[in-house]
Amino acid sequence: MARMKFLCDADRCIECNACVTACKNENEVPWGINRRRVVTINDGKPGERSVSMACMHCTDAPCAAVCPVTCIYPTEDGIVLHNKDLCIGCGYCFYACPFGAPQYPKVGNFGSRGKMDKCTYCAGGGGSEAAGSAEEFAKYGSNRFGEGKLPLCAEMCSTKSLLAGDSDVIAQIYKERVLKRGYGSGAWGWMTAYREDIKV
Amino acid sequence: MTRFEGIRLFIVSVALLIIAAVPAQAQKLGPDGAPNPTASVTDQGTLLRQAPRIEGRIDIPDLKASVLEQPAGRTWDYFHEVLLHWGAAVVIAGTILLLGLAYLIIGRVRIAEGRSGHKILRFKAFERFSHWLTAISFVVLGLTGLNITFGKIVLLPLVGSDTFSDVAQAAKYVHNFTSFSFVAGLVLISVIFFKDNFLAKVDIDWLKQGGGFIRNKHAPAGRFNLGEKLVFWFSLVAGVAVSASGFLLLFPFYGTDIPEMQLAQVVHAVVAILFIALILAHIYIGTLGMEGAFEAMATGEVDLNWAKEHHDLWLARRLKEDHGDEPAATPAE
Repeated sequence: MARMKFLCDADRCIECNACVTACKNENEVPWGINRRRVVTINDGKPGERSVSMACMHCTDAPCAAVCPVTCIYPTEDGIVLHNKDLCIGCGYCFYACPFGAPQYPKVGNFGSRGKMDKCTYCAGGGGSEAAGSAEEFAKYGSNRFGEGKLPLCAEMCSTKSLLAGDSDVIAQIYKERVLKRGYGSGAWGWMTAYREDIKV
Repeated sequence: MTRFEGIRLFIVSVALLIIAAVPAQAQKLGPDGAPNPTASVTDQGTLLRQAPRIEGRIDIPDLKASVLEQPAGRTWDYFHEVLLHWGAAVVIAGTILLLGLAYLIIGRVRIAEGRSGHKILRFKAFERFSHWLTAISFVVLGLTGLNITFGKIVLLPLVGSDTFSDVAQAAKYVHNFTSFSFVAGLVLISVIFFKDNFLAKVDIDWLKQGGGFIRNKHAPAGRFNLGEKLVFWFSLVAGVAVSASGFLLLFPFYGTDIPEMQLAQVVHAVVAILFIALILAHIYIGTLGMEGAFEAMATGEVDLNWAKEHHDLWLARRLKEDHGDEPAATPAE
């Protein structure tokens, strides 16, 4: 069974935000919700690196564990989906997520946040809507995965720094890259998300 | 070109070359003499050793998004799903077990001389109102709060996901709004009963005499005995802690960042569990545990024999108030 993951090659990321734009457009993400974002470390200094970050679809996802209504769950491919019909907007998943993936559409009374939204690996939603249906799209965004496609952010990456796909495949691509060019700052977030790192 | 222009050209060229040469020094070279692009990079491991989380620069107005990675999230998850679940189960189940044992071994503490049939006012109407406002708010808050932690284990299997989500959503709103009546009640109780709860020498005597639990000994006490005073002070401290942390949780990220929110939740949960255990004991002693106690807070009046047995100093003072400066009237025997 394939284990789907994300890998952002920080040495290639040029902070163009094509991944952010692609995600926003493909999933009709409302204003204020940032499913994917680019964070720049040591901006302006030597050793500046940019990393594109959204939900990492962790192994033993802490968001799924901590949810009081168990609305978040991993699929067979390792993609972490959630059910907006069950979500009560308590915000615990954001406290637990090491990567700040959960986003909330509302600023209501006493911390009322509305239904949690996050990167779905372009695999639709974890609710009861039919895969690929208009209802599913309205709630969760596109379901490219059901059509056998990979997330649009990785497809649109201008430098192919953001890789999405089966764990073994993208780990291999990254390893070959690092060996060929002779340098690599590592697979950012892999240890925390997947409890394994890529040794080159 | 004149000589002056030649010299000026030379000076400007040298200046430009010096300026251009400076950044070249920033470029680190590898052992083979070729440029090493990652020489200046601080890798994730080093960054996480320097600070508990990795932050950077973002273009989004939401500052929380600038945190690339905060591994503390997994630690908080471990606290909430493992430590809190087991800790709370042990504390609450243990308290219920101990209270059960107390009932089996000590039983209901009866009024030693039986009821006299005469009553005296112990709690005025406003005092009773304040207590019950706080008490009922506490029970509602406790149940809705426990639902967040234990609901998915205890209730979800019984009613199914959809119903449980509706219940949990409603419980969340009830919890948020009831917190205000709890705080109001807590303030009232703290102010009303403050002066009667200062620790005094008589409390040590009360403790030495077994606190009213040993049949043949008489434990002296004022309006409140040491046990009640401890409940007051612990409740006040716990109430303030749970209210302050709860307030932060009600207004997330208004002045707090992710670690502060995690800490607020930890404090809120831990204090709440201990508070529940304390109040379970308080409820036990006020209802099952002691004959003649519940009516004090229900009707406001207590039997004279009960007052003489458990709060003799208070009774003497009250009787003196009622009858002026006459020698302390002894209750009809």
